[in-house]
Amino acid sequence: METTYTIWQYLFTLPVHEIPWWAEVFRSILRVVIGLAFGLGLVPIYVWLERRMLGWVQGRLGPNRVGPEGLLQPIADVIKLFMKEDIIPTNVDRGLFLIAPIIALAPVIMSITVIPWNGSKSWGAVAPGLDIGILFLLGVASIEVYGVILAGWSSNNKYSLLGGLRASSQVISYELGMGLAIIAVLLMCGTLGLQDVVRGYDLRQPHEFVAGTVLNNGQGLINVLPLSGTGYTFYMLDWSSGFWDWNVFRMFPFGLIACVVYMISMIAETNRAPFDLPEAETELVAGFHTEYSGFRFGAFFMSEYANMAIVSTICVTLFFGGWLAPLGILNQVPISWIQALTQTPDSWVPWWANLINSLISALWIILKLFTLISMFILVRASYPRLRYDMLMRFGWKGLLPVALINLVLIAISLAVQHSFRDSLGTAGAWWVGQIIAWALMLAAMLVAFVSVRKSYASRQRDIASGEIPADSPIVRHPVALALPALTSTEK
Amino acid sequence: MSMTLARIPQSEFKPGQGVPTGIELERYYDPETDQETMTINMGPSHPSTHGVLRLVLELDGETVVKCTPHIGYLHTGIEKTMENLSYYKALVLTDREDYLSNLCNNLAYSLAVEKLMDVAIPIKAQYMRVLLNELERIASHMIWLGTHALDIGAMSVFFYTWQDRDLVLEIKEHLSGVRTKTSWICPGGLRGPAPTGWMQRVQDFLDYFPKRIEMYETLLTNNPIWIERTRGIGMITAEDALAIGVTGPTLRASGVALDLRKHQPYSSYEEFDFDIAVGQVGDVYERYRVRIEELRQSLKIARQAWAKVNAAGENAPVRSADRKIAPPPREELDTSMEALIHHFKLYTEGYHPPVGEAIGAVEGPRGEKAYYIVSDGSNKPYRVKIKGPSFYNLQALPRMTEGRMVADVVAMIGSIDIVLGDIDR
Repeated sequence: METTYTIWQYLFTLPVHEIPWWAEVFRSILRVVIGLAFGLGLVPIYVWLERRMLGWVQGRLGPNRVGPEGLLQPIADVIKLFMKEDIIPTNVDRGLFLIAPIIALAPVIMSITVIPWNGSKSWGAVAPGLDIGILFLLGVASIEVYGVILAGWSSNNKYSLLGGLRASSQVISYELGMGLAIIAVLLMCGTLGLQDVVRGYDLRQPHEFVAGTVLNNGQGLINVLPLSGTGYTFYMLDWSSGFWDWNVFRMFPFGLIACVVYMISMIAETNRAPFDLPEAETELVAGFHTEYSGFRFGAFFMSEYANMAIVSTICVTLFFGGWLAPLGILNQVPISWIQALTQTPDSWVPWWANLINSLISALWIILKLFTLISMFILVRASYPRLRYDMLMRFGWKGLLPVALINLVLIAISLAVQHSFRDSLGTAGAWWVGQIIAWALMLAAMLVAFVSVRKSYASRQRDIASGEIPADSPIVRHPVALALPALTSTEK
Repeated sequence: MSMTLARIPQSEFKPGQGVPTGIELERYYDPETDQETMTINMGPSHPSTHGVLRLVLELDGETVVKCTPHIGYLHTGIEKTMENLSYYKALVLTDREDYLSNLCNNLAYSLAVEKLMDVAIPIKAQYMRVLLNELERIASHMIWLGTHALDIGAMSVFFYTWQDRDLVLEIKEHLSGVRTKTSWICPGGLRGPAPTGWMQRVQDFLDYFPKRIEMYETLLTNNPIWIERTRGIGMITAEDALAIGVTGPTLRASGVALDLRKHQPYSSYEEFDFDIAVGQVGDVYERYRVRIEELRQSLKIARQAWAKVNAAGENAPVRSADRKIAPPPREELDTSMEALIHHFKLYTEGYHPPVGEAIGAVEGPRGEKAYYIVSDGSNKPYRVKIKGPSFYNLQALPRMTEGRMVADVVAMIGSIDIVLGDIDR
């Protein structure tokens, strides 16, 4: 039977497999526009928020003249940057100099494509339902640093060169911990798709197994109700779900540890204080972008802020339930209510209901995003900058072992759960796996504690025997804090 | 007066080496393997050289092999200009050389002139000088703390300290109508009595400030990143420091308890009860601790000085009775012909100190500040030599930076608290 559809249905509501190519192209362009607006449109707001919030922390006002509460100030700044002369110094490596800002900005924009802003199969992201979402993100995100390194190298400026060098040393220190933290989430969820990560899927397991997030079994926490036939696929979540189902609280505390490692790494990834070494203005003037002016500088500036948004969104997606509300009851306008109100059959959902739900989802992700961004800003306002060898030491000796041990423990716990599931049932297997992992974690902490005590004791012995001075640079905090009181001398 | 040197044995460090031996040896420059270095020009316009200091750094990667400070970018010829001004007019230039410790410079210059002229200063003026000097020290240390923290990356501290410094500036403005370059301390005493409400304002500040010191300590003292950035960085031994001529908190942090306020008291400092803040290690962190402790001691002195000024009474004189150096009060001009002549002579020709030389030295916020004045009997100084503590403290920088990183260099510059106006004069 030949059905006739309206143009509206072709462009927006029909499932992908039922539409002609031109509707597909239209939808793709629309998604790209929405994605860019989502990613880049928030940048001025971040800039404004950062400046006002820093002003608030530091007892001053921040920009409050251009537009209401200074909201238009970043726009004015961008216009100013556009109108400035684009200076290309002589003696730079011209090709690389010109392409470096593009290399820095393009991956950030590309990253936006896989960020899901709701659970819809066809409208959830620029590239919704991409099965290798996280892999794509990791690959693309690591390109960005080439822009910084090339900018530093091609500028023919020693400060820029040092900035570029620092960027490369920084990237090899944080990316390991970051990657391992992300792998921990992948392991818990068993999928690379970002939408599935948000829902806490574990595709390798029967759905009722997944710890804490049981799918579609009638008694678990998340019930999936695909509403098909409309081009949208919404997942109605059980109202009993909530923030405790987010990956950050999954397999406690391993999800939390991975989250902390990722959050530290993402500050390093975005070159923000206290890891803003490549552009430490009090040391390297402006770091890698010293020689850039006009909109080429603007590109670096924008890439940094957009990158901040992207890594925060990834953090929200991986660990904080993406577009989901902290309580299941707040998640979406219940479609069953709409169906009841509009007297529609079960299989049909009005398009505006889906639109409202999309907006609510986007609202939640933006809210979480701004919470994280505020954390970024407060960290910047509070902490001194690290030296780059400290960052490397921190990355290699701090983040990497923690993330690695965390990953191994998650793997052990999951393996144990897998083998005990048949005999003990889902919940019993979960507890067995977790208890074994907890025991191993405590053992690892004990080993770490003992070894630190040992090295501390041997250090004290060396100091006592005069082998090393008591105030050599390696002095750690316990020693540093136990300094003798300042002596004072009477006349 | 015996000078006690509370020196800490530091046999592990060889003088002149500048870098302690230790576990982090692999970071240091090895002349046999690393032949290629990069010369980088830091300054004269650079965000963290505290003015127009220029450092020529020879780098191996980011490790400093050699650091050569170049000075002279802020040379104003103040010493030479003073030779062409009468003593009274030359005073205003002292405000302008070390522009962050104006009143301390005023005092050093005034002490030298008063020594030449052999003038006695009323006791209330002496207490006021102490009070103003300690307030100035607090203001100067606030700028040091703010810029030092900003260099290391703690940007909020910068704004907090500038707010506190502004309170001191408002106190100065209330006193004199000028925020920084007041010239309020002049040969012969002070320019005038304090206006109504000034003492209350000072007391409010003295009550308010201890909380702020606590806040700065909360923000920085136990902050792990701050400790890591400053501990063991920029070491200078007591021997080296003394050999170079380092003074002030930078010297005291290395373990030498040398403070002119104790060892060579001026302006009634001997009547005050306070301690010298002395460190042991001589690194950036220790200099930070010493200066924070100095803030407390300054408050202690300022409180005592406030009480003494208050006890001296509102109408006690703050200017010398010697009409040859201090102008007569305004009301005398209407009745006394002699006062009118003195007034006229003072503000046109000035005074003629006898032939001779004198040195006036104070313990400024950065170290020993001294004015050496040679008089040929005319109304203008024959020669004025300013001893700026920053000039000597800066010479410790190359020794500190050897083998450290660029990021440490800015921490060290901040920790020796230099003012380029003080260096170049």
